[in-house]
Amino acid sequence: MLKDFISDQLVLGLAQAGVAALAALIVVLLARRRKIHLERDAIVAMLRGIVQIVAMGSILLLLLRGPRWTSVFLLMGMMVAAGATSARRAKGMPDAFRVSTWAIACGAGSVIAVMTWAGVIDTAITALVPIGSMLIANAMNTNGLALNRFRSDVLSHTGEIETALALGAEANTSVSPYVQASCEASLIPAIDSLRSLGIVWIPGLMAGMLLSGSRPIYAAIYQFVVLAMILAASGLTSLVSTLLMRGRIFTPAQQLMLQPGR
Amino acid sequence: MAIPGADDAVILRAENLGRVVDTKVLVEQANFGVRSGEVLAIVGPSGSGKTSLLRLLNRLDEPSSGTVYLAGVDYRQIPPRELRRKIGMVTQRPYLFPGTVEQNLQFGPLQRGETLSSQSVETLLSQVGLEGYAARNVANLSGGEAQRVSVARTLANSPLVLLLDEPTSALDEASKIEVERLLQGIVRDQGLTCVLVTHDIAQASRLAGPALLIREGRIVRSGPAKEVFDA
Repeated sequence: MLKDFISDQLVLGLAQAGVAALAALIVVLLARRRKIHLERDAIVAMLRGIVQIVAMGSILLLLLRGPRWTSVFLLMGMMVAAGATSARRAKGMPDAFRVSTWAIACGAGSVIAVMTWAGVIDTAITALVPIGSMLIANAMNTNGLALNRFRSDVLSHTGEIETALALGAEANTSVSPYVQASCEASLIPAIDSLRSLGIVWIPGLMAGMLLSGSRPIYAAIYQFVVLAMILAASGLTSLVSTLLMRGRIFTPAQQLMLQPGR
Repeated sequence: MAIPGADDAVILRAENLGRVVDTKVLVEQANFGVRSGEVLAIVGPSGSGKTSLLRLLNRLDEPSSGTVYLAGVDYRQIPPRELRRKIGMVTQRPYLFPGTVEQNLQFGPLQRGETLSSQSVETLLSQVGLEGYAARNVANLSGGEAQRVSVARTLANSPLVLLLDEPTSALDEASKIEVERLLQGIVRDQGLTCVLVTHDIAQASRLAGPALLIREGRIVRSGPAKEVFDA
C-alpha cells in the first residue's frame, strides 16, 4: 500500500520503519495493560536501533571505498559495543563489561578469524562486516542470556552453593551445575534456529543472496554455514563468559560474593 | 584484655571478631572460646547477628576485624577448603544435593579425592538413625530425615568442630525432638565440639554447656547457659 503513495526509496524506507515501529509500540501498550512495563526499554532500543543501523550503513558506504583491513577495526568496535550492551543483562555481577567483551571477542572473534582464514567468509568488506556483525550480534545475545541465567541461578541457589563450600568443595565445583545450565539455556535460540532452518525460518541472508543473483542451492547451503558459525561463536562466547564470571563471584578465600540483597 | 577461654583446651577461639557490611555492623568485637567436647550455644533474637557470627567461624564470610584460632592456628593460615572441612556446618535447611543419600554422604570426601566405603556410609547413617537409607533418593525424604542426612554428610568430613545453625527451626515438633536427640547422642558419644545457634532458649539449655547472648551484633552476656538465661 505504501508503494502506491511513495515513489522515493528513502522516504519509503522511513515510512516502512514508522509502520513497523508502530506495530511494536502497539504491542508495548498491550503489555502495559498487563502491567508489563517495556515502554522505556522498547522506545530507547528502537530509537538507538534506527540511528545505529543508518549510521552503520553510512559507514559501510564509506568503507566500501577504503582498504579491506578497515573492516577489522569496525568489527572490533562492534565487539566492544556488544560487550557493553550485554553487560547490562548482568546487573550486579563483577566486571561484567570486561567479561562480556572478552567472551564475545573470543567467541565471535575467533570464529570470524578462522573462517576468514579458511575462505568460508570472503574478505571483501561487503561480506566480512555483515557476516561478522551477525556472529557478534548473536554472541552478544547468547552472552547476555548466559550471564543473566547464571546470575539468577546463583542468587536462587546460594544455600546449595554455600553448603558445597562448607563441605570443602572448590568454588568452581560449587557452581558447576549453574555454569552448565546457563550455557545450555543460552544456546537454545542458536540451536533452535539451526533445527528449524528452512522449515520455520528462511533468514534474510539467503533472500539477499538470491536477490543478488546467487544460485539458490548455494544460497541455501551458505545460510546453513552462517547459522553453524553462529552456533560456534555463540557456544564459545557462552562458555568463556560463564567460566570467566565463575571465577569472579568468589573472593580469594572462596566466599560467595553474589548474595541476594547485597 | 584476657580472652575468655584462652587456654590449652580451647579448640576454637574468636578474637575481636567483627563484620561490617557497608555501614551496618553485623558482628562487633566478639571474643569467646569453645573447649574441646563442649557445646556452646549462641542465643539471641532474630536479626541479632547469630548466623553472621557463625558464618565468620568457618570463613564463609570474611571478618572485617579480628580473627579465629582453630587449635591455636590463625584460620587465615589454613586453606579455606581444609578449614571448612575441619569446621563443619549444618544449616537451617538441609540443602541436599540431587541424587541418593549415599551420594550426599560421599560429597565431602570426594572433594579431597577420597571415597567412603559402604561400611563407613552405613556407620554414618546408623549414627543418625537412618540405617538402610543409603540408596534412597533424597527427593523422597521427610524434613527430619533430610536434616539427619545433612548432619551425617557433615560428619563424613570428620570435622573437629560442628557449627549448627538453627538445625531444628524448619522442622515440625516431632522431627525437632528427633534431631535434637540425635545431636545429643553424637555429642555424648563422639565428644564433638559444637557451636549451636538458636533462638530457642529451652533447646539451648538442654543441649549446651556455656552460652552467649547476642544482641545487635554484640555479645551482651556469656557464661554457663543456666546463668546466662536466668540472669
